[in-house]
Amino acid sequence: MSTEAHSSGEYIKHHLQNLTYGQLPDGTWGFAHGAAEAKAMGFWAINVDSMLFSIGLGLIFLWLFRMAAKKATAGIPGGLQNFVEWVIEFVDGSVRGSFPYQSTLVAPLALTVFMWVFLMNLMDLFPVDWFPYAATLTGLPHLKIVPSTDPNVTFGLSLSVFLLVLYYSFKMKGPGGFFSELAFQPFPKILFPVNLLLEGVGLIAKPISLSLRLFGNMYAGEMIFILIALMFGGSWLLALFGGVLQWAWAVFHILIITLQAFIFMVLTIVYMDMAHAEHH
Amino acid sequence: MNFNATLIGQSITFIIFVWFCMKFVWPPIMNALETRKKQIADGLAAGDRGKHELELAARKAADNLRDAKAQAAEVIAQAEKRAAQIVEEAKTAAKEEGDRQLAAAQANIDQEANRARESLREQVAALAVAGAEKILRREVNAQTHADLLGQLKAEL
Repeated sequence: MSTEAHSSGEYIKHHLQNLTYGQLPDGTWGFAHGAAEAKAMGFWAINVDSMLFSIGLGLIFLWLFRMAAKKATAGIPGGLQNFVEWVIEFVDGSVRGSFPYQSTLVAPLALTVFMWVFLMNLMDLFPVDWFPYAATLTGLPHLKIVPSTDPNVTFGLSLSVFLLVLYYSFKMKGPGGFFSELAFQPFPKILFPVNLLLEGVGLIAKPISLSLRLFGNMYAGEMIFILIALMFGGSWLLALFGGVLQWAWAVFHILIITLQAFIFMVLTIVYMDMAHAEHH
Repeated sequence: MNFNATLIGQSITFIIFVWFCMKFVWPPIMNALETRKKQIADGLAAGDRGKHELELAARKAADNLRDAKAQAAEVIAQAEKRAAQIVEEAKTAAKEEGDRQLAAAQANIDQEANRARESLREQVAALAVAGAEKILRREVNAQTHADLLGQLKAEL
């Protein structure tokens, strides 16, 4: 029993560990075997699987859309152009709905966020064992194919958005305007330390909540897939039940991955809108 | 949660992707969409205009037809009037010609009758003179009675 529990724990840990490249304790550079080693590498290590899969998916998105854009015609659109136009009109509608200012950045930003996050989430639908198993065959210790279950990825996205928010807050309101927005409300000016604390926490909470929401949802979804996958090691009845569960969870997950991508996009737009707005 | 340089790598990747999307993906597609929207709007407007023009043309055609009908009726009426006038004129002319010819014939007849009467009178006078001569030859000298005879001839 204890060995089984141990191996289940190992299995889960194995599946939730990124392929991290960095300086090993003995001073050489290489892939970390296990979470402890990866942690010991400190900040100057890189999750190779997250980077490769996210960049690959981003390139697929850009390549598809660039192809459609190159052949974009005002006449009758082909299949790809139809699909791309549908996505773009959906994103454009969302941007127009909550961002009333002129900007050449926000709509493409929203499109990139939506499509990229969606594709990264979509990797969650691959059976959890395929890629880690294939990786162990080729000698790699770990392989996590869903980049959005890596907090580095979601924080990378949300920090970029946060920097844009700060940039536009300064640009649109000026440093004074931005400061007064943080310091002189919601309470009277006399209480500006309290205001600064409240608003500062609110400001910092934006990128953190943005990335943690996506990370948490995807991580939990992945975890449930892994837990279901554990059932395949049991009796055939349990395995069959696990198969049904996995199918049901995957179907439900289609909704979650789309929804999370959509939420990330909408919140990005809303934050950009708040950065442009004089007062909220 | 284990943060490492992936965070920075992701941010850079994300910024590059957004930049690419902003430069090379969004504008051409939005352009195509805008152009198509404009084309559709233009097409609809042209359709409306065409419909309006058709209506106008139909109205104009109806007007023209009505005018033409009125004109034709006028022409026919005029022609009928003219025909009646011509017939009337012809009648008058014919009557005048007839009258003229009748008058001419009458004059001719009168002339002939006068001429005939004149010659008859001369012949009668000649006959009378001849008769008288024959009677008087024996008893009267023609020279002495010439005055008398001339007077008689004038009275005949």
